[in-house]
Amino acid sequence: MAEPGTKPRWEPGALTPYAFITPAVLVMLGGLLYPVVMAFYLSFYDWEIGRDLGEAPYNGIAHFARMIQDPQVWEVLWVTLRFGFWVITIEMTLGIALALLLEKPIRGASFFRTIFILPLMVSPVVVGLIWRYLFDARAGWINYYLQAWFGIEPQVWLGDPQLAFFAIVFTDIWQWTPFIFIIIIAGLQALPSEVIEASEIDGTNWWQQIFLVKLPMIKSIIIIALLMRIIDVFRGLEVMLIMTGGGPGRSTELLSLHIYKRAFETQQLGYASAISVLLIIVVFGLSLMILNMANPMRTRSDV
Amino acid sequence: MKNDARQQIFYYTALILLACMSLAPIWVMISTSFKDEVTLQGDTPLWFFFVPTLQNYESILFGRGKFDTYLLNSIIVAVSTTTITLLFGGFCAYALARARFRGRSFLANATLLVRMVPPAVLAVPAFAFVMLSGIDNDLAALTFLYTAISLPFAIWLLFGFYKQIPIELEEAAIVDGATPLQVFFRVLMPLMTSGYAVAGIFTFRIAWNEFILALLLTGRNTRTLPVAAAGFITEEGVEWGRIMAMGTLIVIPPLLFTFFAAKQIIAGMTAGAVKG
Repeated sequence: MAEPGTKPRWEPGALTPYAFITPAVLVMLGGLLYPVVMAFYLSFYDWEIGRDLGEAPYNGIAHFARMIQDPQVWEVLWVTLRFGFWVITIEMTLGIALALLLEKPIRGASFFRTIFILPLMVSPVVVGLIWRYLFDARAGWINYYLQAWFGIEPQVWLGDPQLAFFAIVFTDIWQWTPFIFIIIIAGLQALPSEVIEASEIDGTNWWQQIFLVKLPMIKSIIIIALLMRIIDVFRGLEVMLIMTGGGPGRSTELLSLHIYKRAFETQQLGYASAISVLLIIVVFGLSLMILNMANPMRTRSDV
Repeated sequence: MKNDARQQIFYYTALILLACMSLAPIWVMISTSFKDEVTLQGDTPLWFFFVPTLQNYESILFGRGKFDTYLLNSIIVAVSTTTITLLFGGFCAYALARARFRGRSFLANATLLVRMVPPAVLAVPAFAFVMLSGIDNDLAALTFLYTAISLPFAIWLLFGFYKQIPIELEEAAIVDGATPLQVFFRVLMPLMTSGYAVAGIFTFRIAWNEFILALLLTGRNTRTLPVAAAGFITEEGVEWGRIMAMGTLIVIPPLLFTFFAAKQIIAGMTAGAVKG
């Protein structure tokens, strides 16, 4: 019986592990790290589409200085934060509430869960197309039912800044609430039943059990789900690109979409890279927080 | 007893309502894809009872567009991304799970850190690289990028599966004189089928669904299906019937995966948050 930790097969050639990791490491270096470094590099140059990179003038930190004073950047940051606030508040509240209500194992649970994850599997482009149709001013079903059921006049949903913002929030909630629900319910069902039973013997009522026992015990899961959603808000652009293109005005233009439009619609690749450096810093900061809480490959590594 | 029954009714009513909300928009897409112009112009939304037509699908499949090319592009990119990711990711996860080596924990952390790199950050450098290097194989460039994007999560998932395999099996094989590569393919591969299935589904889905990088890096003949679908919006007004038919075709593989492997997909989704 070998002791855990003695791993004879790796001893003969100390280089074997490196041979095993090299292909994946090379691809990740080239496909993820190189672009990030390149984004930093490009952010110091005034490079536009159609010009040779070698001819692009060095610009120092001018892009960053400009970014700080750029009302458009502040505007899309504000849109991103407002969007994030609404979708995350509503998704977390709904997802956690539904998980608490429906956690009891019942017949057919796996069937329902299969249905619930469907929105998560649909391509963002297709999500954008579906909801663009539903919110369409003429053909859209939402206008029809609002009028038929509540007598509300048809609205030009995607042509009005506030309504369009509401539309992308609504769409995100449709797609991502199931994610929170699924994660929280998995956390709740992983709780040791002894603890729950003990709290019942101690005479806690339903509310106390939720707020004093269950939620505190899955606190780290809730925080990780929250951080993952925040990161997604900063990464997302496809649904909005399809539904509204960021408009009207910049009312639905999230930070990622703004970078994309700066680079490929106004063709300012250097400046867009500078803004994406900001995005990288935000996302890596949030990722580090998740890593600190849970990295299975580290915590279980040398057991 | 009576209370119990009432609770049951409440549970199922709530679950059915939620299921309807999840499904309704997807069903709207599927049903719209079978409607002709006249039905679409009608005054009331029709959920079920209309005369279905295949004309939207026929117009996509046999029309002026190059649907067959786009479909083939999507399949090539998704299948090669999945294959390469599983092979490279499997090697890497195996080493991380079983070996101790200098740089191991750095690699483990860095892998999870780069998992979250936003597509918008990749867009400009990837575009610059393809433009400057003059690579004219868009699909290879896409496959490379998708593999890089998929690897961190795949490694992470596979790592968990390797950890669950008892080490004695490999030790027995080593004693019999097997090399690490033989152990990897002959001993462990058969035990890892469900692990590779889960990682494969997530990887395939990333490559099959991705839009932004494909939009930037592909040309007229190298488009993938999501790019072609988005193209329907601007080309000649908005033809909802055809758009929804295209959307339905894009959604088929992910939906099939969901129905056949929902349990594994959920396990994959929750693994990160719950196990940690």
